[in-house]
Amino acid sequence: MAFPPYVGVGGKITHYTFIIFCGFVFIFLIAPILVIIPLSFNSEPYFTFTEGMISLEPEAYSTRWYADIAKNPQWAFSAANSIIVAICSTFLATLLGTLAALGLSQSHMPYKSAVMGVLISPMIVPLIISAAGMFFFYSNIGLAQTLPGLILAHAVLGTPFVVITVTATLTGFDHSLTRASQSLGADSRKTFFKIQMPLILPGVISGALFAFITSFDEVVIVFFLAGFEQRTIPRQMWAGIREQISPTILAVATILVVVSILLLATVELLRRRSERLRGISPS
Amino acid sequence: MTSILTADGTPLKDSLRKAERGRRAKAFLLVAPLLLFVLISFVFPIFEMLFRSIDNPVVANNLPLTIEKLQKWDGANLPDQETFSLVAKELLIARENSKVGKIAARLNFESGGMRSMINKTVRKVRKYKGNDYKKALIQFDKRWGKVVTWKVIKRIGQRYSGVQYLAALDLKVNADSTIGLQSEDRRIYVKIFLRTIWVSVLVTIFCLILAYPVSFLLATLPLRISNLLLIMVLLPFWTSLLVRTTSWIVLLQRNGVVNDILVALNIISEDGRIQMIYNQTGTLVAMTQILLPFMILPLYSVMKTISPSYMRAARSLGASPLTAFVRVYMPQTTPGIGAGCLLVFILSIGYYITPALVGGRSGQLISNFIAYHMKSSLNWGLAAALGTILLVAVLILYWLYNKIIGIDKMKLG
Repeated sequence: MAFPPYVGVGGKITHYTFIIFCGFVFIFLIAPILVIIPLSFNSEPYFTFTEGMISLEPEAYSTRWYADIAKNPQWAFSAANSIIVAICSTFLATLLGTLAALGLSQSHMPYKSAVMGVLISPMIVPLIISAAGMFFFYSNIGLAQTLPGLILAHAVLGTPFVVITVTATLTGFDHSLTRASQSLGADSRKTFFKIQMPLILPGVISGALFAFITSFDEVVIVFFLAGFEQRTIPRQMWAGIREQISPTILAVATILVVVSILLLATVELLRRRSERLRGISPS
Repeated sequence: MTSILTADGTPLKDSLRKAERGRRAKAFLLVAPLLLFVLISFVFPIFEMLFRSIDNPVVANNLPLTIEKLQKWDGANLPDQETFSLVAKELLIARENSKVGKIAARLNFESGGMRSMINKTVRKVRKYKGNDYKKALIQFDKRWGKVVTWKVIKRIGQRYSGVQYLAALDLKVNADSTIGLQSEDRRIYVKIFLRTIWVSVLVTIFCLILAYPVSFLLATLPLRISNLLLIMVLLPFWTSLLVRTTSWIVLLQRNGVVNDILVALNIISEDGRIQMIYNQTGTLVAMTQILLPFMILPLYSVMKTISPSYMRAARSLGASPLTAFVRVYMPQTTPGIGAGCLLVFILSIGYYITPALVGGRSGQLISNFIAYHMKSSLNWGLAAALGTILLVAVLILYWLYNKIIGIDKMKLG
């Protein structure tokens, strides 16, 4: 790296220390996620690299833990539950959240900051308190230990993310676009679907993905609200970690990491597209 | 003065007000479904749950006449014969409604040993044929002959009271009705609250120390590279919490990767493997890594907006690099520091999953005790009292966050 001529030896040392420190932080962030990927292909039931793995012997690697997942019907069952709950709660959260964001971003909205405070609160209140409250509430109305109860509970947790992302795409929304559309003869429905919707769609989708991952990854509410029949993947993993941790958990974890990489990539692409559409230079 | 009229003859002011009202109603209608949903299925249940911390229905509902009688009792001598026979009869009624277990459990939370007293009494009273309940009860269990026992029943018989909050703060009502400290071995919650705050402060500080340089790097690098590096920050953010906690168990356990590397490098001996998980260290390391993105993202978004020319101006005016950084750059990042620290602190003070899985005994936080009282000991009143204290703390911080930064400025990814 080229330094300006006025930088002395001390400056250079500081700079390299800084770079090395940052490197360590990045390793700290990413290593725990990456390390489980090779370990999940361990042919021995250990949680560490065997000598065979380090010298890259093919026998030291196997996909037996993945075969284990396929063999155990419990995993398929909880995956189905997880996906059903996540999709339904995402749909609900996205619908309600987007409508609310449309209202909140209008300058006429009364009590805006108080309402916003209430709507964001599910993200802030400690999960254990939300879970305890919902446990009594859903027990009283007879929805505890049912999938609909779990879906409603997860939908509430997901809405703040949708509200935040959609409100963010709506700030800086050029309202002259809607006026232009209306002056050219489009009715308000057409204006919404042809002008506003395409512009806020990236925000809606990334909010939906946030809501999806929130539900898909949630375990505390499931812990309180779900019975054995409603077990989800995180609940199953929790039991695995608590009772006896087997490398099958690492295989499941690896699959989840791949899913999160895909989700992240989608959100990043959407964000850049949205910024391009709105004429903001990518950041 | 005549007011300006619109084409249909109404004053312009009214017409405008009407239009404004219409727009407000329209905006509000869009928000209403979600607002109702959150209020009904989230805010209301939480308040209902927290209400349990002051609501003690068990004894008040099942021994109503005894409690009513005890209201007039002087508290100096043992209650009269009638009170004794009332409590015996009401315990028998409670037995028929299978409520004895609940009464016994509730009294036992307050004063250890009362469960056995109640159960024993109910068993013997059934067979008792005489009329002198006072003598009989004291004979069944001599604790009936102590004023303290009756005081406990009277206190727990109050429908609404703050006794759970005393318990949550390691206090108790003494025999002479003064408030004093719990006995040494039952004093746990203040310690746990302090530990929760201590762990949250440490996690916040660690996150700030690790995040500040990284955010600075991200903000000063060319966009193409910083966008790539940003993905490394966002990936953990998107990865399942349980996955990350599992990886920390794998990395830090005694036969885990970190210990293996240390042994291979001869830094520690084979016998000297360090216990880094299932204790407070494990909780700290895992929580710092999990919450780090919440610190980096707000810092980065603030630093991105700071123009490098300020630093250059400071340098050209004779400041050393350090002075320029500390006096010119850092003050401009305070909003980011505030946002990041508050967010990380709010999230870590209520943390449950990671301490429960990797905390061992010394790494348990207040949320874990709330969960314990909810799920295992079934002392819901105490769980609610602990929860209220935690929630009030979080809401104060949330209010502060809204005041200083504004929730509408919160950004994700």
